[in-house]
Amino acid sequence: MGTEVFHSEVPLTVNGEPRRPTVDHRSTLLDVLREQLGLTGAKKGCDHGQCGACTVLVDGRRANSCLLLAVAHEGADITTVEGLRSADGEGRHPVQRAFLERDAFQCGYCTPGQICSAVGALAEAEAGHPSHVTEPGTAIGSPAELTRDEIRERLSGNLCRCGAYPHIVEAVEDVIR
Amino acid sequence: MQDTSNALGAPTERREGPDKVTGAARYAAEHTPAGCAYAWPVPAAVARGEITAIDDSAALALPGVIDVLSHLNAPRLVEPDDATLAVLQDARVPHRGWYVALVVAETLEAAREGAAAVRVDYAVEPHDVTLRADHADAYVPEDTDGTSGEHVRGDADGAFDSAPVRVDAVYRVPPLHNHPMEPHAATARWHDGRLTVYDSSQGATTVRDVLAGMFALPKERITVVSEHVGGGFGSKGTPRPHVVLASMAARVTGRPVKLSLPRRELAAVVGHRSPTVQRVRLGAEKDGTLISVVHEVTSQTSRIKEFVETAAAATRVMYGSPHGRTTHRVVPLDVPSPSWMRAPGEAPGMYALESAMDELAVHLDIDPVELRLRNDTAREPDSSKPFSSRHLAECLREGARRFGWSERDPRTRSRAEGPVLVGSGVASATYPVLASPSRASAHAYPDGSYAVRVNATDIGTGARTVLAQVAADALGVPVERVRVAIGSSDLPDAPLAGGSSGTASWGWAVHEACTRLAKRLSEQQGQQLPPEGVGATADTAGTADAESEYARHAFGAHFAEVGVDTVSGEVRVRRLLGVYAAGHILNARTARSQFIGAMTMGLGMALTESSTMDAAFGDFAERDLAAYHVPVHADVPAIEAHWIDEDDPHLNPMGSKGIGEIGIVGTAAAIGNALRHATGVRLRELPLTPDRVLAGLARGM
Amino acid sequence: MKSFRYVRAHSVEEATAAHAGRPSSRYLGGGTNLVDLMKLGVESPRAVIDISALPLDSVEELRDGSVRVGATVRNSDLAAHPLVRERYPVLSQALLSGASGQLRNMATTGGNLLQRTRCPYFQDLAMPCNKRAPGSGCGARDGIHRDHAVLGHSRQCIATHPSDMAVALAALDAQVELYGARGRRTVPAAEFHRLPGERPDVDTEITHGELITGVLLPSATAGLPCAYRKARDRASYAFALASVAVVLSVEESVVREVRIAFGGLAHRPWRALRAERELLGGPPSGEAFRRAVDTELAEAEPLRDNSFKVPLARNLACDVLGRLAASPTGS
Repeated sequence: MGTEVFHSEVPLTVNGEPRRPTVDHRSTLLDVLREQLGLTGAKKGCDHGQCGACTVLVDGRRANSCLLLAVAHEGADITTVEGLRSADGEGRHPVQRAFLERDAFQCGYCTPGQICSAVGALAEAEAGHPSHVTEPGTAIGSPAELTRDEIRERLSGNLCRCGAYPHIVEAVEDVIR
Repeated sequence: MQDTSNALGAPTERREGPDKVTGAARYAAEHTPAGCAYAWPVPAAVARGEITAIDDSAALALPGVIDVLSHLNAPRLVEPDDATLAVLQDARVPHRGWYVALVVAETLEAAREGAAAVRVDYAVEPHDVTLRADHADAYVPEDTDGTSGEHVRGDADGAFDSAPVRVDAVYRVPPLHNHPMEPHAATARWHDGRLTVYDSSQGATTVRDVLAGMFALPKERITVVSEHVGGGFGSKGTPRPHVVLASMAARVTGRPVKLSLPRRELAAVVGHRSPTVQRVRLGAEKDGTLISVVHEVTSQTSRIKEFVETAAAATRVMYGSPHGRTTHRVVPLDVPSPSWMRAPGEAPGMYALESAMDELAVHLDIDPVELRLRNDTAREPDSSKPFSSRHLAECLREGARRFGWSERDPRTRSRAEGPVLVGSGVASATYPVLASPSRASAHAYPDGSYAVRVNATDIGTGARTVLAQVAADALGVPVERVRVAIGSSDLPDAPLAGGSSGTASWGWAVHEACTRLAKRLSEQQGQQLPPEGVGATADTAGTADAESEYARHAFGAHFAEVGVDTVSGEVRVRRLLGVYAAGHILNARTARSQFIGAMTMGLGMALTESSTMDAAFGDFAERDLAAYHVPVHADVPAIEAHWIDEDDPHLNPMGSKGIGEIGIVGTAAAIGNALRHATGVRLRELPLTPDRVLAGLARGM
Repeated sequence: MKSFRYVRAHSVEEATAAHAGRPSSRYLGGGTNLVDLMKLGVESPRAVIDISALPLDSVEELRDGSVRVGATVRNSDLAAHPLVRERYPVLSQALLSGASGQLRNMATTGGNLLQRTRCPYFQDLAMPCNKRAPGSGCGARDGIHRDHAVLGHSRQCIATHPSDMAVALAALDAQVELYGARGRRTVPAAEFHRLPGERPDVDTEITHGELITGVLLPSATAGLPCAYRKARDRASYAFALASVAVVLSVEESVVREVRIAFGGLAHRPWRALRAERELLGGPPSGEAFRRAVDTELAEAEPLRDNSFKVPLARNLACDVLGRLAASPTGS
């Protein structure tokens, strides 16, 4: 028993396609995406949920895929940066376009995580989720207004060492306005 | 006639941008050759000693583990010049975190479990990891490169002692870690007597040359690819242990091997900015004119490598004074080897000098912008050479204008918003103009397209894009017609992306090759090009590295506004503005991103970033990204970067100075000076965290 | 990380039985701390019991007006829930001041309570740590301890509990609901975490086999003026240097109700009972707040490098008390 390695087949949907990888129970979703499914868009920056480079959307919600055990995600619907599309499904997602227009990256390593995080954060704001900087007493239930401070706070789980933050915030603003 | 859209300076979009926003760009650990195995390193758990035994039986018994390498069985390599690369070669442990073994396995999961199962015994020796300015082992290093060591002009100490006005203060900068978002990684494969490595590096030519030396292979049999690199900030400037380990493991196992270093191990094996203790003495006339400047720096290095954090170097450039002494001292300790981190020397040094200048301004009740203007100089103080161009004064004035400096009430604690005190500060910036020899080739094809080849590295600067602009400019063709191949050691040899010299070095060679090509093409005017095209090459050895009769530096000015919460001691930057004079700006779009990015790192240096050496265990306590505080979005306000275009004929064919580092230089001082203006509290140790701010406020300084 | 069996539990009974039957098993909620610690080798479960599919993912109002929060409710959903935002804003604020948007989407209520200290010596297997390896010593006491405890620490351990949420729960008089072989029981949130004493390896009152099924927010503190404030080394995504959750009710210039809990100061959320007793029935003045908080913090025993936490905690508490006394939202 001491050296047995457990595996399971885990059916899930990745970027709209059904996949059935057989995963080592120890594998994170991030490592399955990168090493087994060839989807290297999600990055490994810290492997401990401290940088956000691995951010993907799980059932539409942003999450750090480096801390998700793949085996626990049977049936999950995963979207990585490779799977983001414009509303008509043809071109790039508006957040991707805005990042290009604003030069919102340099080395590019945090970029897929920033983009997935921004997509998730926009959905959270639309659903009325507050943030740390939301004024107490703000109307509950209506979409959150994304000021620059709100955008900064909501994206703070995505580190960028190149310091592209000001341009990332501008890119997200472009998508909202 | 050439289309202006490709003119140098145009805000051309990054060529690899679409690949980066869609996840298509592949970094070093994102290549998985057939049969690829995974490696995981084992760090030393003692600060100093010898390995007495390695028990790898438990690791080897684990399913999936292929091999365990250590000094007992690893291939003997030719001794490298850089001792940090001599991994698994002997039993010595020079510092905690030094790699003592490497596990190779079928999967990442097995490799990690295997590494945890390796047992290492040590004969432990007493260690010393504590940097003190009065350490008995401190010595003045040889001035091998003109930046370390000691420089003396006149009677600096005597002139200071007799100066009418004196500032004498000690500033401290803690150890800092580069932490590029992509951890250091390599994927190595041996095939047909050749080695191919995908490496996360700032310069693949050097990596190839070093590997060729260590593995005793002709350079032609090694290819190092660094197509996309997730940042480096100096920590990938030379080969690091991971590329040696991956290459060794691939050779031993006969399998391609991928190794990505765990984030928490980086602090020990890829370099750090050495902590510095800096004593600055400014002797001045009552009108603020400097008489003597003495800057003494003590930094640490490891037992295996001398590295000098040349924090006094910028003081040799900045302000005129008849007397000056700049001294570096180094203390060898049982610590990880320090190395380059963005603006090594200038970043910590200008924190100290520019804080001291602010102290002098406060002491004399002179506006700090004005004080700097009064000490501007036409010749480099240290060398007496004239500057090829120096627009520090213009940067200060333009920055002051844009920032609204004239509306600033110079009194401390003059602005409060409830418990938040608001203040602003200024600091100058400088960074030397560097360039190294490079080769490049340029080809023209019958279809009207062009190809430029040079082993440049794009670590996020936009090198591909700006080199295409340089080529298009020299060729007089639209930039879209120029293909650029970079990021492989099979391309013409080129120096690293570092020292803010990449674009100058590569661009120089590209410009020369393209100029030659344009000449050949004009000679063939009207003739159809052969199918293989027409080419030209360039090698700037002897040109790019030629001595100049001019002192060549970029200058700049930083302005910061901070809010200091007197309840929590939290300091937040509200505005940050930089103005730079850095020659011709070759791509307005990517240049702005670089300036803003470096200012952001300067903000981190000022407020959030710090590492602490545990004296008992010889380890940095802040090794992961939860404990080592890289600034987050919420820390960073709107940042403005502006520049004054300089026409300097003494630089390179593009007329450019480097721009990658100057943004971090002086930023921390501007923020610290703003804190003092806001509160009256002068802190002389970074970062400006709540504990220090509260203590300062309590002292009521 | 060692390999492990993976069990997906479909009921609380199934989960607790599976857990109780395997000494080296761990519940998996959001995984944000467990997977982190498994990678570090600090946790090496032989079985992981996934409780994320249990029917504990709702926030509901009970007949007595209290609010029951299921153990697997995600932190972001709890922070955004109208019942919490309306009646217990301190809880929403505390949750939103912790971690990142991504982590809050993953982390569960139960998992947040059970997260382990971020002490660097605890996280590093090559270091001594009495919490991780009883008897091995404490590296932090004479080492790097700027972030460590100033209250209630012991010779054995000076770690702090990192949760923000738990601090708010302590101030709200919440109860933690447990289910196990002994049936159901509840423990006050303020007493759920232990002080280290001689057993720093035991973080909480939970016993093996027991499962947190939910948290009960009492009607008594619903709607009272309350607020959370946290000081940290960067503006977001950082653990507290110190934090405070305050519930304060003032009527006719007299303190009718007050609850104060500190975070970042101790091995558990530190309920400032002495300060509360001193304030009850008295005037809500700045002077009274300062005196009461100073009384509470008088028993602090700072270490070489963390004495700043005492004035920091005092400042934060007095600031929040003062603001709540002036306005119910404390803004």
